[in-house]
Amino acid sequence: MNLAIFLLALFDGVAYAALVFIVALGLTLIFGVMRILNVAHGSLYAIGAYATVSLTGYVLALGFAPVLAFPLMIVSAVLVGIAIGGPLEYFLLRRIYDKSEVLQLLVTFAVFMILEDVQRLVWGTQPYFDSSALQVLGNVSVFGVTYTAYQLILLPLIAVVLLLGMRFFLRRTVTGKLITATTEDREAAQSIGIDADKVFLFTFVIGAVLAGLGGALASPTTSILPGMGADMIVLSFAVVATAGLGQIEGAALTALMIGLGRSFAVYLYPEISVLVPYLIMVLVLLVRPEGLFGSPAARKI
Amino acid sequence: MSTRTDQPDTTAGKTSPEKGASPMKSALSLLWIIGIAAVVAVPFVAPSLKLLFTFAMAKGLGVLGVTVLLRAGQVSFGHALYFGIAAYAGAFLMTAMPSTDFLIVLLAGVAGATLASIFVGLFVVRYRGIFFGMLNLAFSMIFWSILEKFYHYTGGADGIRLERPTVFGSALNFNDFGMILYYVLVALMVGLGWYTMRWFNSPVGNLFQTIKTNETRLEYLGVSPKRALLSGYVLSAALCGVGGVMMGMAQGVVTPEYVWWVRSAEMVFIAVLGGAGSVQGAFLGALIYEAVRTYASVYAGDVWQMILGGFLLIIILFAPGGLIGILESLFKRKSDKKGGGK
Amino acid sequence: MTDALLETRDLVIKFGGVTAADHVSLKIHAGRNLAIIGPNGAGKTTFLNICTGWLKPSQGQVLFEGRDITPLPPRKIVDRGVARAFQIPQLFTEHTALENLLIAVSARDKRRNTVMDMTQIPERAEMLHLLDMVGCADVADTVVVELSEGQRKLIDIAIALALKPKLLLMDEPTSGVASSEKHSIMKILIGALKEAEVTSVFVEHDMGIVENYADEVAVWNNGNMQLRGTPAEILEHPDVIRDVIGEVA
Repeated sequence: MNLAIFLLALFDGVAYAALVFIVALGLTLIFGVMRILNVAHGSLYAIGAYATVSLTGYVLALGFAPVLAFPLMIVSAVLVGIAIGGPLEYFLLRRIYDKSEVLQLLVTFAVFMILEDVQRLVWGTQPYFDSSALQVLGNVSVFGVTYTAYQLILLPLIAVVLLLGMRFFLRRTVTGKLITATTEDREAAQSIGIDADKVFLFTFVIGAVLAGLGGALASPTTSILPGMGADMIVLSFAVVATAGLGQIEGAALTALMIGLGRSFAVYLYPEISVLVPYLIMVLVLLVRPEGLFGSPAARKI
Repeated sequence: MSTRTDQPDTTAGKTSPEKGASPMKSALSLLWIIGIAAVVAVPFVAPSLKLLFTFAMAKGLGVLGVTVLLRAGQVSFGHALYFGIAAYAGAFLMTAMPSTDFLIVLLAGVAGATLASIFVGLFVVRYRGIFFGMLNLAFSMIFWSILEKFYHYTGGADGIRLERPTVFGSALNFNDFGMILYYVLVALMVGLGWYTMRWFNSPVGNLFQTIKTNETRLEYLGVSPKRALLSGYVLSAALCGVGGVMMGMAQGVVTPEYVWWVRSAEMVFIAVLGGAGSVQGAFLGALIYEAVRTYASVYAGDVWQMILGGFLLIIILFAPGGLIGILESLFKRKSDKKGGGK
Repeated sequence: MTDALLETRDLVIKFGGVTAADHVSLKIHAGRNLAIIGPNGAGKTTFLNICTGWLKPSQGQVLFEGRDITPLPPRKIVDRGVARAFQIPQLFTEHTALENLLIAVSARDKRRNTVMDMTQIPERAEMLHLLDMVGCADVADTVVVELSEGQRKLIDIAIALALKPKLLLMDEPTSGVASSEKHSIMKILIGALKEAEVTSVFVEHDMGIVENYADEVAVWNNGNMQLRGTPAEILEHPDVIRDVIGEVA
């Protein structure tokens, strides 16, 4: 493996890790606060990607500058969060908080199945591709390796900003502290006047926006196809499980590990590249069943 | 006589109508006997439905596997893995040794699924709930990728043919083999269905079901909860394996589609539709599912998953007992003339 | 002096800043009923949790019949003959009272049968008798979630008894039981333990029960045993009256 290929694999891995982290961040946030694993998270990611491509295509066809692709990503992500995430929590999940974990899993799985077909109905089965955003930022050269600035600089930058922002938000802001309080003890939080329903709705919408944003940011770098949501939910679950459910910083590290593992495998053993994230997950969980950064919860008896 | 109440919990599954001998239970048993008789008669009375019933019974065996796990309060989103492993094991065997007897193919398939489930099971029984469900999904997706990528061995997305095996030494034509498969499936459905019900009521089966309610106590009885869960996990995989290899022989070709997550989801869906935890519900659900899919997919192929998801939500939220729950409450109303039912 | 049935040597466990077991060393001799009393948070339940393998001490050893059981998981310790009843009953909530006991006895006998109906196993009569003994014969076929707290407690103890242990550890066996029934239940229970030659340790807050049914009393405070003696000695002791009985009353 020469330097050029090494760098390519490194850059691929970092860019990929940044995207996976953004999606996994939403998943682990929702789980951490609401104790629900939202299987439909993968669909929100896919819809974020589809929405971005459609919006960008439409706006650019009207003759606007390609740089508008960036704000449109945010618009799409927020749309996904508010138009899909909001009603999902408000009309459905709210009814099942007192049900068993498995039942909740079944419900979000059912939503996932529904949203998979919604995508097919709205966007069909043809792949979409729009790399306007990629071209706007152009390329950078590092040690003779040319790479897109979008993937090498923008994506990792956004991931880091989101990580730091989320830490700051949860620890330093009033809303963040309300969320953490509700996470720790829902009844106690309600007794001191926190509206837990609102906190859950807000958290879920934020989580959904992150899924949509992941899709929006992924859209210029990949073909958008049916089934991408299914791949992403399993992958982001792998990241979150390897890190330990609810671990935000851990998810970032794990995403990097899994992203790099996968991209190096692409160059070294392409057949198994898809399997690498799962192999990492299984290996980690064999040694640490509660994940790299999770701690075992001892039951009180 | 048990005085338990059927609590509305989809993952519960204490809806087993095999205990006791109240008028309602015997009426229901009669219904099941009539049902089995009807299935036996199908190839003669309505030959056009034969294939539909064949697929429904094979799939029903897979659903039965998922049902077993629901009894311990666990859901697997990857059990198509065992359906597929068994089918591929059968296909590989037929490719390596043409004109093998179908019983050997059946055994090879089940052995493949069982072995794989011990291997995967030792890992996944460390987890419950979300992790259990999702790790099973991950394993099925790993196997699916292997099937797709290593096409030199697996035929990739096109899959491989599962040539028609011989039956006790003689090569049969398409129709005769279909009949053999059909009645073997009826026997498997009745036999394994009966065994599974007995298993639920047996000491081992009861220990397995306590995973759902109290693992602490289980540990303090001197039992390893992991071992208890593994016993049911292997049974569930073996049942899926029987269904998978029979499906493979019925279709004559196995593809990665067998392992696809949608197939796993379908099995969970049917188990919940039929009545979570109910043996009869697994087969009743599979039959209704196959029938609706065969006739409705022509009109609703594009929205099929959406319909499934919608129904799943409706059942979970409004009819957690599933079809069996509805059926039982109908019979209860008729037999409880004193009006004691709630 | 005879060898102890259960012996702990220098057990230490800390939760955050709290030392829940602070160098606990004691011996429990066969055939005796030891009551553990002490204020809330004294580390009584923690002691039971360490002895049964649920918690692992950071230091020290637990010996049962002279063999080190410290590293064993609870199920292995149960196999050696140590059973446990809980402060909050640990039952199989979807099964009936009788089925709970049948599951316990199936586990005890390591039944591997997968076809036989559990409700028809030969030990059924034995388990019905056990239910009768704890006064729950009339609710044998009731799903345990529908029982009263007191009845669930008794079923929980019956499950432990079904295992035919050599040593039975009970965490507040009579809490939740109606006070009019406490004494009759304890009388039957202690009688059954004596008859079956089961040694017992029970955490108890009711001094009337301690006075009447314990052979020995150990006083717990700040993560360790402070005093040990006969019920008469202990219940008269000024420190106990001040620190323990005062608080309970």
